[in-house]
Amino acid sequence: MAFTLYSLIQTLILCVNAIAVLHEERFLSKMGWGVDHGVGGFGDDPGVKAQILNLIRSVRTIMRVPLIIVNSGCIVLLLLFG
Amino acid sequence: MTTCRVTSLTIFAKQRGRAGPPTVLFEDTSSGAPAMRTPGYNMAGPANEMQGDPAGNNLFTDPMANAAMMYGSSLANTGKDMVNKEFSRFVSVNKLKYFFAVDTRYVLKKLMILLFPYTHQDWEVRYHRDTPLTPRQDVNAPDLYIPTMAFITYILLTGMALGIQQRFSPEVLGLCASTALVWIIIEVLVMLLSLYLLTVHSDLSTFDLIAYSGYKYVGMIFTVLCGLLFGSDGYYVALAWSSCALMFFIVRSLKMKILPSISHDTMGTGPSNKPQFRLYITVATAVFQPIIIYWLTSHLVR
Repeated sequence: MAFTLYSLIQTLILCVNAIAVLHEERFLSKMGWGVDHGVGGFGDDPGVKAQILNLIRSVRTIMRVPLIIVNSGCIVLLLLFG
Repeated sequence: MTTCRVTSLTIFAKQRGRAGPPTVLFEDTSSGAPAMRTPGYNMAGPANEMQGDPAGNNLFTDPMANAAMMYGSSLANTGKDMVNKEFSRFVSVNKLKYFFAVDTRYVLKKLMILLFPYTHQDWEVRYHRDTPLTPRQDVNAPDLYIPTMAFITYILLTGMALGIQQRFSPEVLGLCASTALVWIIIEVLVMLLSLYLLTVHSDLSTFDLIAYSGYKYVGMIFTVLCGLLFGSDGYYVALAWSSCALMFFIVRSLKMKILPSISHDTMGTGPSNKPQFRLYITVATAVFQPIIIYWLTSHLVR
């Protein structure tokens, strides 16, 4: 498997896109992974599920605008250069 | 940034050379001197100098070139400052300097430990009033010098091995380098993700993880060398040896960093199988090393 840096960038963009499109109301709450389910544990160590939900929520919040920019750039570049 | 200055100088010199055949821009009032076609630093200078500057550096007597050069150098300086500022915002340079504070004795001992860790007794990273000691003073501290050098040596060795097999071309070198780099990045990202998900409050920073991931290149170099010198059998023996040594090293080093943070969790509210997860992380990291070593070197030794 020969990886180039370009394929790494592609993979990262695709993965972050995949995390960012998980919709809160339509999908996650139905599966029991909503925001209200995450903050169950008190004490200093939330469980694995709470960490994952926190991660999804923060990726969605932070990366929304940069993702728009990066995706638009990718679309333009792929249209121009194939 | 000196390259910027040099290129700006050569650009100006070329432009002056093009205006050399005289007086496209400047009147050549020097008496009887024919148009000397020496490129670059020449006679358009004295023609339009306002001050009575004799000799000296002809480049500086041309006020336009002088002003342009000063502008270019100030631009280069601001560019350099901006790059430094932005860079230091992402990577704290002091932390990076800590990882490169090594000396010869440390490097030799560390290489010995990487290839033969079974006799090393004390694996604890020593602290000095809450800050970890530099690698010069503590042989257990991770550093980034050995991984960097080992990575570069591995790329050169790959080129040599492929050349021996008549399969060399310059693109292969770049491909191999980026493949190895991508595997390091993947491994560091997976480690960071798993440490975050399991809320392991260790003091492993990103650079520590990069260092520990980079130590496998020493094993890879040893394996490839043995494979080149002793053929396929030597390759497998060296692979087995360096895999065991590296697994032992990783488990003993990470155990100190990941597992003892259990003692801080006195609440006990987490699920009871926490310590197992941390052990799983350590063992999974250790098992991943031989797989990667085999994957990245097997095509070099037939």
